[in-house]
Amino acid sequence: MPGRKKRGQQTVVFDSPPVITAWASVVGPKEGEGPWGQDFDLVLEDYLFGEKTWEMAEHKMLREAITRAVDKRNFMPEDIDLLLAGDLLNQIVASNFAARDLEIPFLGLYGACSTMSEGLSVGAMLMDGGYFERIVAAACSHHYTAERQYRFPTEQGVQKAATAQWTATAAGAVLLEASGSGPSIKSITVGKVIDMGQTDQSDMGSAMAAAAAHTIKTHLSDLNLPGDYYDLIVSGDLGQIGSAIARQLFVRDGIISPEYSDCGVLLYDQSQTVGSGASGCGCCACMLCGPLLKKMQKGEINKLLLVATGALMSPVTSFQGESIPSIAHAVAIETA
Amino acid sequence: METPDKKIKAIEKQEYEDLASQIRPKPKLARNMAWAFVVGGLICMSGQWIINYMVSLGVSLTDASTSASCILIFLAALFTGLGYYNELGQHAGAGSIVPITGFANAIVASALEYKREGYIFGVGARIFSVAGPTLVFGFVIAVLVGLIKVFLTS
Repeated sequence: MPGRKKRGQQTVVFDSPPVITAWASVVGPKEGEGPWGQDFDLVLEDYLFGEKTWEMAEHKMLREAITRAVDKRNFMPEDIDLLLAGDLLNQIVASNFAARDLEIPFLGLYGACSTMSEGLSVGAMLMDGGYFERIVAAACSHHYTAERQYRFPTEQGVQKAATAQWTATAAGAVLLEASGSGPSIKSITVGKVIDMGQTDQSDMGSAMAAAAAHTIKTHLSDLNLPGDYYDLIVSGDLGQIGSAIARQLFVRDGIISPEYSDCGVLLYDQSQTVGSGASGCGCCACMLCGPLLKKMQKGEINKLLLVATGALMSPVTSFQGESIPSIAHAVAIETA
Repeated sequence: METPDKKIKAIEKQEYEDLASQIRPKPKLARNMAWAFVVGGLICMSGQWIINYMVSLGVSLTDASTSASCILIFLAALFTGLGYYNELGQHAGAGSIVPITGFANAIVASALEYKREGYIFGVGARIFSVAGPTLVFGFVIAVLVGLIKVFLTS
């Protein structure tokens, strides 16, 4: 019976929800100094992580997060059936290189900063479909590799706009298993690419807020849930401005009293001079694989809707004057 | 041809922009301009101070001007390497970009950034990745001004 797991327009509900049995996060020094420093598995002392280049440091961070997550269940990397990972670099090299070292069958993903949700969504569907027993979904970003790719050389004295966000140096990995103890993924909503004509590369929160609001609205209506069903709806990296816009859109869409926050707002202290907040694949990956899942483990959060958001432009399209298309995927995680 | 669909989409986008622009903070123009004025002014003043000092030592004005440029470029490169110039740029904006020190910063920052890709395809190929437009349009303007001078004086 094809299509029986799909609900409404864009949502999939799982018959046997995949279980998040382990997770791990690796973050940079700045993220470690933030309010959640204690909740990450490893805080780096510097941005190079003992490597020669930032790119190599980034893939080492991802590898470290994956091996730590796998190790928590006393597995070896070769015990894992599938790795789903992505990052922000051209040709997603951080993930490719991490997968080269780990020798786990690998599917590379690109969803810009929405990659963590994308990986969890694809992983959960493959597992509920019965194809694999153990899947790792992971994502990472590195401030300095992203800066040089998307913006300016790091030592150049360019003034950052107040709307600009700080790409997080962080990696997170989640181990999904068909059975076990831990919170499980009940449903997912695959986002559509939404473009509201925003063009400012230094204000991606404004571009992505529309996608986040659209996916959240669709998720709730597909499953016929009230706005306050989730203990926390958390978007990926909208930052202060994007999340303020998203709140306005909730009002417009009639989503009543959602408990809502944003990883980009949460990751840093206000005093850390980060403009509108954090961004990057690693932002929501490390918040999920650190504070959020810990809170679920302790029972402080029972129903979490993770809505990682991605801006799907490239420097080339921006220079050519194109607007910024964006996407958001929702993953509903609940404790049993 | 504008289809109704496209019109609705355009209206939606405009509504969205109206909403976003209410929330987006306005750039702090007065503060940014004050910073740019003070820092840019100080950099230029220090150049003038070097020139005056050298002239008072008996150096010709042309040589003194050239030396002042060299000294400022050296200092900007040094402070870029030490990681201070970008901190200054955060506050000063155009005040630290427009003077000759900003040009030096753009070149040294690129050189540092791309060093890991090697000297040919890294530093060599990309050292002007930021400063390139200044050079290209500087040359173009120089040629145009030169042509005007040729026509006016012939």
